[in-house]
Amino acid sequence: MTFRARHLLGIEHLSPQEIVTVLDLADRYVDLNRRTVKQSDVLSGLTQINMFFENSTRTQASFELAGKRLGADVMNMSVASSSVKKGETLIDTAMTLNAMHPDLLVVRHGASGAVNLLASKVNCAVLNAGDGRHEHPTQALLDALTIRRAKGRIQRLTIAICGDIAHSRVARSNLILLGKMENRLRLIAPPTLMPSGVEDFGCELFDDMRKGLEGADVVMMLRLQKERMDGGFIPSEREYYHRFGLDAEKLSYAKPDAIVMHPGPMNRGVEIDGELADDINRSVIQEQVEMGVAVRMACMDLLARNLRAERGRAAVGLMA
Amino acid sequence: MTLHLTNARLIDPEAGSDTLGSLTVEGGVIQSMDGDAPDGATIVDCGGMCLAPGIVDIGVKIGEPGERHKESFRSAGLAAAAGGVTTMVVRPDTTPAIDTPETLEFVTRRAAEARVRIHHMAALTKGRAGHEMTEIGFLLDAGAVAFTDVFNVTNDTKALSRALVYARSLGALVIGHPQEPGLSAGAAATSGKFASLRGLPGVSAMAERIGLDRDLGLVEMTGARYHADQITTARSLPALERAKNNGLDVTAGVSIHHLTLNEIDVGDYRTFFKFTPPLRSEDDRLALVQAVADGLIDIIGSFHTPADEESKRLPFEEAASGAVGLETMLPAAMRLYHAGQIDLPGLFRALSLNPAKRLGLPQGRLSAGAPADLVLFDPDAPFLLDRSQLHSKSKNTPFDGCRMEGKVLATYVAGVQVFQG
Repeated sequence: MTFRARHLLGIEHLSPQEIVTVLDLADRYVDLNRRTVKQSDVLSGLTQINMFFENSTRTQASFELAGKRLGADVMNMSVASSSVKKGETLIDTAMTLNAMHPDLLVVRHGASGAVNLLASKVNCAVLNAGDGRHEHPTQALLDALTIRRAKGRIQRLTIAICGDIAHSRVARSNLILLGKMENRLRLIAPPTLMPSGVEDFGCELFDDMRKGLEGADVVMMLRLQKERMDGGFIPSEREYYHRFGLDAEKLSYAKPDAIVMHPGPMNRGVEIDGELADDINRSVIQEQVEMGVAVRMACMDLLARNLRAERGRAAVGLMA
Repeated sequence: MTLHLTNARLIDPEAGSDTLGSLTVEGGVIQSMDGDAPDGATIVDCGGMCLAPGIVDIGVKIGEPGERHKESFRSAGLAAAAGGVTTMVVRPDTTPAIDTPETLEFVTRRAAEARVRIHHMAALTKGRAGHEMTEIGFLLDAGAVAFTDVFNVTNDTKALSRALVYARSLGALVIGHPQEPGLSAGAAATSGKFASLRGLPGVSAMAERIGLDRDLGLVEMTGARYHADQITTARSLPALERAKNNGLDVTAGVSIHHLTLNEIDVGDYRTFFKFTPPLRSEDDRLALVQAVADGLIDIIGSFHTPADEESKRLPFEEAASGAVGLETMLPAAMRLYHAGQIDLPGLFRALSLNPAKRLGLPQGRLSAGAPADLVLFDPDAPFLLDRSQLHSKSKNTPFDGCRMEGKVLATYVAGVQVFQG
């Protein structure tokens, strides 16, 4: 088993072996989560603080549940509405928390790189729960686990990512992870929502959704933020749905057994047809949520092992 | 007092020569080249080290008034002397802006604390807001050498054209920041693969070209004397070349950081590498170096911008832009020399001669009658840069921990030694 990371800041820093390690362990936690008694004690005695500078219900709940199932003491800090508004800097907030000796710090922040900055100032393990447009590593890992369980592998698949790629940290983390695992990637978006320089990432670009979906094994839809629908990036919601919304007709261009994914929360009738999203034969959107808890348990378990080992070495060093 | 500097490698940017010789200084000016030591002269053996005209640095930010905790005239003067900068041409983007003769008189008085020469630039428009021109005539009388709103780019093209035509009538030099403000709004990096990977809002290199095209159009219309503060992308170079060939009174500068660093140096969101405009691609950097070597870009500046730790210890998008550069410009420029890209006379043409010429100053020359503003340096001496050793009050340098070559051994202003390395 390989997993050397001290923090989980992004997929960028993980090797393919480390990704497989997370997925294998997460598979075991899926089984645990399906039992009636879901308790484990691998994080017992450890303190986990969830610090969300941006509001989030789903991700925060998933991390909270993951920590609690592993026996950690979990605390939620809703920083979005607290001292940060009083002018305290990110670093000050981090230092204050650090003085309370947390072991695992789960952070979401609206600025790219903010979690990296914070990780450099604290001496616990930091998990990135999304930073700006940069990365959202646990989302990419849970997507990978969902794909592996549905398709039996996470290599040599044709995967189409569709929607607001420019502003999506989910897309970035997925691009990096799926690229590392040697898949064929296609990006489908109107040019206003395609990041610049993306042609150098080694993926194929499409602004015609039907062409982009041709022969795909996996179709990943992205959420279109409400504030981008006002004519600045796309002309209107209805034109977007007409050209880039996933419905049964457009999906028919993909492989017959292609799965449909969405990181949630969905805008039904904007990027995805409501009926299709609920089709249990095609949509794995509910599985993604389930895998999310398991993947987060696996990540925290692995980081806690490294943290304990590091502290053990430090203690030995002190005695010597 | 007479000073005779002998056994020096004389870097003469005017003649483009790099030869061993001696130089005699009397009364603050260079008396003669390669003459004998006069009786009673203090003789300094330079040991074969380089002696060049002191650097004239256009675009230095000093925190006075408003942000003296970041940099004062005194601390900047020490930093300049240590970096071989003998003339600082300082920016008006202070708080408040230098946009009246009264504020200009205040900073002129404060500037007496520095040990190097200081010239002041004034704002082109009131409050640097881009709408109403300042009292350009009074400000010229009070000693302003150029007019600029620094990094503020106005959308009010009409107001800019009026300011340019008014400035022309007085022969004043206007310094513009070529940038299309709509395209570059909110940008923290140059758009492309790196910005996308890091999830940073990017600006296309084209925004600079569009801004330059607009400014050059206005220069053609008004006949103003114009200097583009920083050209940082290859895309702008053909437009600049065309304007010069068409006989417009146009010059251009570039920052030492854009000549020696590229966007990849930002790495893991290192905010000391955040600049306005942002660092560019390696292709752009190489094109800029070539443009300086060819003389298309006239002037290299440090764009010394002190920032305190608090304004840099923030997420990249929120962090302050800019770096201190007075002390690191010369060793950084030596990278270009050691890479064989620009020779020493070529470098000092851009560091000393051209900026002095553009402002109508007598400095920047190594010839009889020129002010004895000199820098003696060892171009090969290696050292590890430690930012805590900088003389600036602010320590925001991108070169912290870097291996550099090129040490200043002595700096002279008007024949008086102001720094000993």
